[in-house]
Amino acid sequence: MTFSLTDYLPYDFANRRHIGPSPAEMDEMLEVLEVESLDQLIDESVPQDIRREQTLDWGRPLSEREMLYRIRKVAEKNRVLTSLIGQGYYGTTTPPAIQRNIFENPAWYTAYTPYQPEISQGRLEALLNFQTMVSDLTGLEIANASLLDEATAAAEAMAMAHRVSKSKLDRFFVDENCHPQNIAVMQTRAEPLGIEVQVGNPANDLDVSQVFGAIFQYPGTYGHVVDRTSVIAELHANKAIAIMIADPLALALLKPPGEMGADIAVGSTQRFGVPVGYGGPHAAYMATKDSYKRSMPGRIVGVSIDARGNKAYRLALQTREQHIRREKATSNVCTAQALLAVMASMYAVFHGPEGIKAIAQRVHRKTVRLAKGLEALGFKVEPETFFDTITVNVGALQGVVLKAAVQNGVNLRKIGSDRIGISLDEKTRPANIEAVWRAFGGDRHDEPMEEYRLPETALRDSSYLTHPIFHMNRAEAEMTRYMRRLADRDLALDRAMIPLGSCTMKLNATAEMLPISWREFSEIHPFAPADQVEGYKELIDTLSDKLCQITGYDAISMQPNSGAQGEFAGLMTIRAYHRARGDTDRDVCLIPTSAHGTNPASAQMAGMKVVVVKAAENGDIDVEDFRAKAEANSARLAACMITYPSTHGVFEETVREVCAITHEHGGQVYLDGANMNAMVGLVQPGKIGADVSHLNLHKTFCIPHGGGGPGMGPIGVRAHLAPYLPGHPETDGRPGAVSAAPYGSPSILPISWAYCLLMGGSGLTQATRVAILNANYIAKRLHGAFEVLFKAPSGRVAHECIIDTRPIADSAGVTVDDVAKRLVDCGFHAPTMSWPVAGTLMVEPTESEPKAELDRFCDAMLAIRREAADIEEGRIAADNNPLKNAPHTVEDLVGEWDRPYSREQACFPPGAFRVDKYWPPVNRVDNAYGDRQLVCTCPPLEDYAEAAE
Amino acid sequence: MTTYFTEDHEWLSVEGDKATVGITEHAAEQLGEVVFVELKDPGESFEKGDEIGVIESVKAASEIYAPITGEVLEANGAVVETPGMVNEGPESTAWLYKVSIADSGELEGLMDAEAYKAFVA
Repeated sequence: MTFSLTDYLPYDFANRRHIGPSPAEMDEMLEVLEVESLDQLIDESVPQDIRREQTLDWGRPLSEREMLYRIRKVAEKNRVLTSLIGQGYYGTTTPPAIQRNIFENPAWYTAYTPYQPEISQGRLEALLNFQTMVSDLTGLEIANASLLDEATAAAEAMAMAHRVSKSKLDRFFVDENCHPQNIAVMQTRAEPLGIEVQVGNPANDLDVSQVFGAIFQYPGTYGHVVDRTSVIAELHANKAIAIMIADPLALALLKPPGEMGADIAVGSTQRFGVPVGYGGPHAAYMATKDSYKRSMPGRIVGVSIDARGNKAYRLALQTREQHIRREKATSNVCTAQALLAVMASMYAVFHGPEGIKAIAQRVHRKTVRLAKGLEALGFKVEPETFFDTITVNVGALQGVVLKAAVQNGVNLRKIGSDRIGISLDEKTRPANIEAVWRAFGGDRHDEPMEEYRLPETALRDSSYLTHPIFHMNRAEAEMTRYMRRLADRDLALDRAMIPLGSCTMKLNATAEMLPISWREFSEIHPFAPADQVEGYKELIDTLSDKLCQITGYDAISMQPNSGAQGEFAGLMTIRAYHRARGDTDRDVCLIPTSAHGTNPASAQMAGMKVVVVKAAENGDIDVEDFRAKAEANSARLAACMITYPSTHGVFEETVREVCAITHEHGGQVYLDGANMNAMVGLVQPGKIGADVSHLNLHKTFCIPHGGGGPGMGPIGVRAHLAPYLPGHPETDGRPGAVSAAPYGSPSILPISWAYCLLMGGSGLTQATRVAILNANYIAKRLHGAFEVLFKAPSGRVAHECIIDTRPIADSAGVTVDDVAKRLVDCGFHAPTMSWPVAGTLMVEPTESEPKAELDRFCDAMLAIRREAADIEEGRIAADNNPLKNAPHTVEDLVGEWDRPYSREQACFPPGAFRVDKYWPPVNRVDNAYGDRQLVCTCPPLEDYAEAAE
Repeated sequence: MTTYFTEDHEWLSVEGDKATVGITEHAAEQLGEVVFVELKDPGESFEKGDEIGVIESVKAASEIYAPITGEVLEANGAVVETPGMVNEGPESTAWLYKVSIADSGELEGLMDAEAYKAFVA
């Protein structure tokens, strides 16, 4: 037997695993495109004058095994101690069933935001459980489906209060007992909105007649638990809004904000089973009174019905959001924390109200034990009543105690120069408490006792989590099946391509995911001492360095938690730069009509006035209009916001000119990095004239979408802007914090780090080239059946293409919705609908999809076109056909079949799998019904029973 | 009674110094299924061009702009209760306001039915 060398490299991750089409498939595709080589296609697609000069390179790509070895070495540089620092971040036990079946399950983490409700019923139910949980715990009527973190949620609440308050005042009172990072982010967000933040002691400094709203932390950052009922009544008497930042675990025992009269409650659900992860990601929540629901930011899941009248979930009240309201939106929030909200809701389902209450009581009893021990050692413990946090004034001993604590394996919180804060949690063991005592100089043994030091006046007597969903049998068998049932209702990347334009749903490789479950990354407190987080520092520094090489920028801030947050941070950086130069009048931001809706919403939040620039016939920015508007606003021009390649999926040849015009008039260029997947290795935004960009690590750099978050939106800037990047009270003490944690959501950064090392510079460049190949292949295959809008002069598109379905709307009455829902029958998630052009579909296949999947999609689209032709040519009725009745469910099959087409055609159109057919759980969802009768908590059990019948 | 139309797709039927105001068939069609209507209370005065309400559909949100200067005499509560009425009869039962007209001179710049038809064509 003889062996010969093959050209197959089994451990070539970039070309064999991440990039979908095989070399042979690529040859076939190039043939269809009538080009000689991939080089030729790229030359036709990407203008020469914007190409990067040097190839992207940081050494050879690693195999998965090598990468895991390397990142293990990085992880080991983090030291995992027991952190009792608190300040918004607490130890928690993720039930293993949730860790494996949700957090580590691609059916959950590779799903997209549930904009297409028919294929999203599972996570919509889980998010509705989250809203019900939040609504119950806070005692308020309506909750949203998560926000980015507690600090931004507090800032959103402040902005919301400013909108809804009948008071004309601009002053906002912030309880000095709020966590420092919450105060810092509110200050950042207040200033450009013209809100004056007053931080003080509510008892002495709050003049209710002089504020439009006030916010209180509950329990306070030093442990105080104060019933705010009377001050809230006084605020209301003065038309002011009352907000509470409440710890949901404490609310299991304490009187909820709603019962004190609070108008809005926000907080973090981190301690409901989501590890601290050096700061994130975790889901924040917001709840409010029913009357303010239309002013609430973020996504809200609502209950509606489908075409058969069965219960169906959907995102409600979307008209509040930035993709419709643009600069008038309630907020720029787009990506939230869906996956983490699902985990928190499952934690509540898993434990139920008795379990949650037992955990809260146990945490409190442990804190009482700790306090008694410290008192026995002669220390005065503050406050007298508390939930889980106490403070001890140790005077000059502070340094000694903190150091001794670390030697005993425990991190405590340093407060000022003489106090120490201690917060206990679900995971605190007796040994941890004894370690704290030793750090304070004692070695105490005590008798177990049951004692409570909760404030009598603020105890909770109302019930919560009363819905049957929180009262399932506690057997893991049942819990596991519930999670599986929900997952099976949804269509995620683990089943089919999700060809969403501008959303870059690429492979989230398993090897990239593994490290984020490691305790060296997940169990680190965001404010742990620097010498315990050297691994994280190395990870962030090396990833930043690679992102700089990719983008051509000089510095990166990892703080923003989403693309929209990155936009805000970038614009605030520009604003600070202008102000530092004395240019205080620069407040105009030029934004093309085709911009993503978050752009104008972010500009508005950054205190900028949006001036809209027209699009030319071909969809490009109208350069003459741009020039005219830049000239007209020359003295006031702060920035322009452009997307590149454009939101129309084209490498505009005028990008350098647009940047030059902006600079000529003293403005800075914000280049939205949402389409970075078309540029990595080919074009550097920092070298074609842009000054700042955000990168969606959850698009281009493989962090999964999680069904609507987490995300990461770090910003890159050129050197002159670096001094104005966001600061943070817990690191450099500079102003401008945009997130609760200094590095946003660092525990998911290993994913992007791993991707960069697995691919190498050459693999990343090839990925970009294949992303362009895949998009052009789809455009070519659909050519003739559908027109592709907006191409470069060469006839090529970039990494995505817009398929025009408006002609069949005119000729056959087939709307873009009909096409999208029919694609569900074919086993696909629809492309982006009606954006950036109404009535069209925008398709972005990404480099990860193999040719077979692209062909399956094209076959489905071509079959849809034929079905439209049947209507056009009168072979089937315009109001009763497979397109209008899509998607088809099992319910359609079991009843009488009286349709003018076969069951076969209904359920197995081209693209659909026979055995592995994806069956949508509901028929087409009625959007209007759900918005007219808004229900945003779990419906009564009878509805579940009906659905099951 | 004379009916005028605006470029913001509102109509107003004038009788003496009072008018009934609503949105046009064309606007209702463009919005799609209306799910929410917010109107000002009687007694509130406004100037031409002011935002005097919001109409939301599943897909769009649209401000209502005052076609003239005046004061709200009556707001159509039925439309607020049942927003879907706007799709049924935008130019009849789903009127939004009865208002007083402060300056009838402001009517001069508005379109008649013919001109509006040409405007949206």
